[in-house]
Formats: sequence, structure tokens, C-alpha cells
Amino acid sequence: MRKRWWKIVCILLLIYTVVGGFLFPVPAREILHESIRNLYFHVCMWFGMMILFTTSVVYAIKYLRSQNLAYDIYSVNFARVGILFGVLGYSTGIVWASYTWTEYATSTQIFTEPKLLGAAIALLVYFAYLVLRGSITDIDKKAKVSAVYSIFAYVMLFPSIWILPRLLDSLHPGKEGNPALNFNDLDGRLRMVFYPAIIGWALLGVWITSLRIRLDLLKEKNMLHG
Amino acid sequence: MVKKITLAVALCLSMLPLSILAQATDAEKKYTAFEMRSNGKIYVVVAVVLIILIGLLLYLVRLDRKISRLEKEK
Repeated sequence: MRKRWWKIVCILLLIYTVVGGFLFPVPAREILHESIRNLYFHVCMWFGMMILFTTSVVYAIKYLRSQNLAYDIYSVNFARVGILFGVLGYSTGIVWASYTWTEYATSTQIFTEPKLLGAAIALLVYFAYLVLRGSITDIDKKAKVSAVYSIFAYVMLFPSIWILPRLLDSLHPGKEGNPALNFNDLDGRLRMVFYPAIIGWALLGVWITSLRIRLDLLKEKNMLHG
Repeated sequence: MVKKITLAVALCLSMLPLSILAQATDAEKKYTAFEMRSNGKIYVVVAVVLIILIGLLLYLVRLDRKISRLEKEK
């Protein structure tokens, strides 16, 4: 029997996120005003993405060590859902920025925004991962090449979304330290919803991934025995 | 299992804010959407988002069950 409790935790946390995210008080912020509530949604997408990509690269390494095709299925599905979360994070960021940054920043500032460019590069590297996989028909070769590539793709995350955005001036908060977990900037009222929200959204990502993995494993079984 | 769920619920409840009772500062008055709060329309938004969220989650649960059934058939 598969463990079910974490799915229930995920549902409860997400309901708490939505209710608390809209109704609980938030600190007064210039420019952002009430849109600071996006913290519970937009930022959590990036957290989810990082967790999923990290899991993906762990399984890629496991595949390379064991040559077990199941690990390849794990790895690719974590990466796929990670990309989905990344795209959602990016698009929500676009909406948020267009209602806050445009009030005082020039378009040049926005287009040369290091965090946007870094995130775009990181996502494109992962898009290329899917293209690479799709272009190889031999199952073992596909698994091996994409596992190696996914390690490189993961390494590209370091400069593009963790290092460079912290070095360069930016409109996006977070240059002072951690873009997401800045303890000086993060009011207790925000943290109360933010941390459960991260866990909830990440669990949702893992849940979706687990369904895809199980489906792929079934497909593979059918192919071998059907 | 039941113990774990109770623990999770207790954890959620323990995070309910007490600061909800606090007085609004000047900055808060300036930057906060009190209007939406006072006429109660914010609850409409919460209701809509909750319906969407719960709908999607139920869909996911059903999908989960379907895949479990498929797995058992094998």
C-alpha cells in the first residue's frame, strides 16, 4: 500500500495557503502593496522547481551508477514537472513585475534584469534537455545521454539562478542575500503562510510527478510483457 | 496514519495568526486594500480560488486512484 498521508498534508497545506494567503494580514510594503501575497504563490513555484530538479539530478546519477531504466523514468519526470513549475514561476513573475516594476523602472532596466535572464537561461537549458531526449530513439542511449546532460543542466542552475542574481544589481529583491529566504525582509506574518506554502506546493509537484512516473512504469511494463 | 494527520492539522492550526487583532499602522492604512476587506468581496475571491484548487486536487486524487487500479491489474 502506498503511503497516503503526505497527499493529505499537501491538500491541507494548499487550502491553508489559499485561505491564509488571501485573508491573513501582511506587512505594509511600498510599491508592492498587497501584491506581496504573491510570495505564497510565485516564489513557491521556484522552490518547487528547485526541489524537483534536485531530485531529478539525484536520479540521473543513480541511473548512471546502476543502469536501471526505472531511475531514468524517475529522473525525466521530475525534470518535466520541474520545468512546468519553472514556467509557472516565470509567467507569474511576468504578471507581478508588470504591475510593480513598471511604476518606476525603465524598460531597459527590466529587460536587462539579471534574475529574469538567469531564470530564462536555466529554463532554456532544461527545454534543450527534453529536445535532446526526444531526438534519440535508442532507449539505453537516450537514458544515458540525457542523464549526463541533466547533470550539466543542473550545474547551469548554479550560476544562472543562484550566483549571478546575487552579485548584480537588480529590481528583484534578494541581492542582499537569499532571494527567497531573506530573514530581515521576511516579516513573521509572511513566514506563517510562506513556509507551509512552500511545503504544500512542493508536495503537489512531487505528487504530480509520482503519477507520471507510475504511468510511465506501467507503459514500460506493457512494452516488455505485452 | 491518523496520528500523522492529526499532527498535521494541529500544526496548521497552531500557525493561525494572533496579529490579526492588531491595530493598523499609518503605513498599513496607506498600502493595504482595506476596501476589499471591509465590503467582504475578498471572500468571493477566496471562494473562487478554493473551488478551483479543490477541483484540481480532486481530479488529481481520481487520477491517482485510476493509476492504482491499473497497477493492480498487472
